[in-house]
Amino acid sequence: MSENVEKYIKRKVYKKENSRIAQKFVDAGLEKIRACINCGTCTGSCPSGRRTAYRTRSAIRKALTGDESVLQDIDIWLCSTCYYCYERCPRDIPVTDMIIKLRNIAVEEGYILDNHFNLADKIFYETGHGVPANGEGNKKWRDLRESYGLPPLPPTVHTHPEALKECQDLMKSVGFRDLLDNIIKKKEQEKAEKENEGATEK
Amino acid sequence: MSEDKKWRYAFFLGCVAPNRYPMIESSIRAVFEHLGAEILEMEGASCCPAPGVFRAFHIPTWLVIAARNLTIAEELGVDVITGCNGCYGTLRDAWYELQHEPELKKMVNEHLAKVGRKFKGSIEPKHIVQVFYLDMGLDYLKGFVKHKFKDLKVAVHYGCHILKPSEKRPWDGEYENPTFLDEIVEITGAKSIDYKDKFMCCGAGGAVRTAVKEVSADFSREKLVNIRNAGADIIIDCCPFCHLQLDLGQMEANNYYKDIIGEPFKIPVIYLTQLLGLSFGIDPNQLGLIKNHELTGVSPFIPIDSFIQKVKEELL
Repeated sequence: MSENVEKYIKRKVYKKENSRIAQKFVDAGLEKIRACINCGTCTGSCPSGRRTAYRTRSAIRKALTGDESVLQDIDIWLCSTCYYCYERCPRDIPVTDMIIKLRNIAVEEGYILDNHFNLADKIFYETGHGVPANGEGNKKWRDLRESYGLPPLPPTVHTHPEALKECQDLMKSVGFRDLLDNIIKKKEQEKAEKENEGATEK
Repeated sequence: MSEDKKWRYAFFLGCVAPNRYPMIESSIRAVFEHLGAEILEMEGASCCPAPGVFRAFHIPTWLVIAARNLTIAEELGVDVITGCNGCYGTLRDAWYELQHEPELKKMVNEHLAKVGRKFKGSIEPKHIVQVFYLDMGLDYLKGFVKHKFKDLKVAVHYGCHILKPSEKRPWDGEYENPTFLDEIVEITGAKSIDYKDKFMCCGAGGAVRTAVKEVSADFSREKLVNIRNAGADIIIDCCPFCHLQLDLGQMEANNYYKDIIGEPFKIPVIYLTQLLGLSFGIDPNQLGLIKNHELTGVSPFIPIDSFIQKVKEELL
């Protein structure tokens, strides 16, 4: 990268410097977001944007200018991570990685769909698989495996309880369990607040 | 490398292949054995973890669990292979980042040390397609072809993460118009046909399928319309999650979008090693192509009978 471009992306493009999100990108070593010229190549390449209201350029713009509504919007969860925006960006911004990072910030603030939360908490943390075959509800899948001459469960965490425990220990160590527990707390608080509001209205 | 086998690999199963499409797992095992490659089991491996979902929740967790999976292969001392684009994306990207960023490697190893593991970076994660094309080579594969299709039109679906991010993939930066998968498919005599937006995403990844199934199904609808218009007999893919999306997704598109698609979709979806295996003369039972159970609500959701009929007419 030329020295000028380097200088450009490092200077404060937005003088008020009010974007907490942009700061988090910079902290995470993703300061390249500042090089965005809003050309729209990302949006033009996006297969999700063809059928949804998700606009990659707009999400990146909001992140840069500190419009935090982007964290609550379901739009950032409609990116299928196909990486066309990442590959085609003329400013060499790793756009897909930015969206992933944006989702991380959203989750940290408690903005996560119930489906996604259950997948993380009830399935991935509990079983070590994203799509498990253990448990009563999955008997047909174990039977299907056997019909093709395979053992009912694969030689993964499914048949190695000590390996599952190891994964869970790692998830605790790296802060994933705390992240999930904080979300549970936030959800409970919100629920209690809503119930209180309902009671006062009555 | 051992003396008796030229190729040895640790087999990373992932989730969707073993737990929803076991015919994919059995066909990969059968084809690798047939090609003289030894497969070692990765005992106690977990979800990769999925790059669009779990990485989107917490990047450090994604990296640490991916690194743990890689250490299992490192202990076996051989390269790790996967038949899934998602697992490939995770294992390859994590491996790449850990190789290039010492700070990340240090952080990951601090966590891994607590469970008595260490990421060294001594082995390479590979997609089975990469093994076929780059390790073994087309000429080697051609030597195993016993039967050739005479008239089979195939819509090849690459999927995204086998190609991108291109700087972390072994295809010399090619992602707009690669041909390696078509070349492999065509050694069987099948014809890989062109179709509109061939390299478009299936719609399953990036947590979209879990977020809004209708959006996922609309990606598939668009792909399937293009595939049907081009006159394909079957779809060939190299990723169990794309496979699920293109198979089960046909049912979903038929349901959500019945008013705009006309005739319901019924295009058989076949995994790469199932097709290769047939051409190599491997027993279709071993390739998971013959149903021998009475289970309901299991894969494949779109019947593959028309393909099996074609196999009988053309190969036997």
